[in-house]
Amino acid sequence: MSVHNLIESRLDPELAVVDEICPAGEPWVKLVRKGATFRIVDLEGNQAVDTLFFNPAHTPERYSATDTISRQRSLYLTSGTKLYSNFGNVMLTIVADTCGRHDMLGGACASESNRVRYALDTYAMHSCRDSFLHALAHDPLCEQLGLTKRDLPSNINFFMNVPVTEAGGLEFVDGVSAPGKYVEMRAEMDVVVMISNCPQLNNPCNAYNPTPIRLLVWESAEKGIAHV
Amino acid sequence: MDHAHSLLWEEDVPGGCHWSGIVRRGTTLRLEDVEGRANAAVLLFNSEEKLERYNMADTLKCQHTFQLTKGHACYSDMGRIFCFITADTTGWHDTVCGLSEAELIEKQYGVARYQEHRNQMYRSGLDGMLIELGKWGLGKRDVVSNINFFSKITANASGELSFQADNRRPGDSVDLSFEMDTLVVLSAAPHPLDPSKVYRPGAVRLALLPTPAGATIECAGLAENVRGLQHTQRLYACKGGVE
Repeated sequence: MSVHNLIESRLDPELAVVDEICPAGEPWVKLVRKGATFRIVDLEGNQAVDTLFFNPAHTPERYSATDTISRQRSLYLTSGTKLYSNFGNVMLTIVADTCGRHDMLGGACASESNRVRYALDTYAMHSCRDSFLHALAHDPLCEQLGLTKRDLPSNINFFMNVPVTEAGGLEFVDGVSAPGKYVEMRAEMDVVVMISNCPQLNNPCNAYNPTPIRLLVWESAEKGIAHV
Repeated sequence: MDHAHSLLWEEDVPGGCHWSGIVRRGTTLRLEDVEGRANAAVLLFNSEEKLERYNMADTLKCQHTFQLTKGHACYSDMGRIFCFITADTTGWHDTVCGLSEAELIEKQYGVARYQEHRNQMYRSGLDGMLIELGKWGLGKRDVVSNINFFSKITANASGELSFQADNRRPGDSVDLSFEMDTLVVLSAAPHPLDPSKVYRPGAVRLALLPTPAGATIECAGLAENVRGLQHTQRLYACKGGVE
């Protein structure tokens, strides 16, 4: 696979206003203001980070896979890609990426789709949709915004490699990610980030070993660079 | 199938227009691209519980495919099969590009209002979908990644997409054999990647037929679809279902 557009960030983690670890199998929700920069770090490699974005001022507006795909006529995310809402607005722009490719087609794992994909008796296994629903029930920001299952569209899978063949096949292959790889995006409007750090144990794409991620936010690119 | 004797009803949706209705399990909805330039944008909902809806990601990953054709199932987000595609003369239907919206239609084709153009006015895929969804108490939050029947979109190795206009021929058809009572919502406006400079979306003919015995056997060949069908039949077990 050809990987291009690898761009490193100049932002200094010491200057970040948010620097948190999200363990595998847990959700993470945060308000990121317009102009801020948001980074996800794949600490141990090949972890899938299921991610959604909402407009906190008007929640029917949310990240849209189809708008992001159609408006840029492209299936994969990397540096320079804009993440569009279902209202046609740019929510975030990817400004740095050391992984090179992220997925928009695979969606989130759920008890019900696990049944279909792996075996009827996998229903009790933890899934991304369970994490999203847990966040909807418990996270104060989600509660305040009144988000429900109806508001969950198809999500991004950062660090996941799902190539489409010219013949129309879909493959889930070993990731192009590795320990410490990251993706960074600038918020072009206020956004609520909702993440499920994927707990999938049935898929070889994460070597059957879900791992933690690190999440950083800088108030602005300007405030993220140490001036000496 | 003896078309003349088994046809339950037939209806034409003119290009650019929209339609919705409940299609019962055990029946087959045939979509026909009458003039060879149709795009039938479709969303599917469980008519008993409309929070259960078509799921592009599950449909693709359960069947390891980027496109839909004969042999594939259309999955809900609850691991159930709305319908199997039991016949298809096109070989490829898109499900990742979404709907054309008003701004795109105006930019590409210009403006044609009702006042001057009556029912030949330019309509967008999204607006048609929202009008039909509104009839069922649904709206913007229920617009998820849809299927675009009759539109073939290919991707090269770096993921760039191309609209394959020459894949459409007059009389092309696709059969959807339903396993669930399903709200079908359809919008026949141009596909968002259709490069045509002239607003001329083709009509979609709908025909409902009883599903012939054995029609879905080929589609249930995939282990995933066998489990999907078992899971679907549990929903109807109390009504003398198959499990």
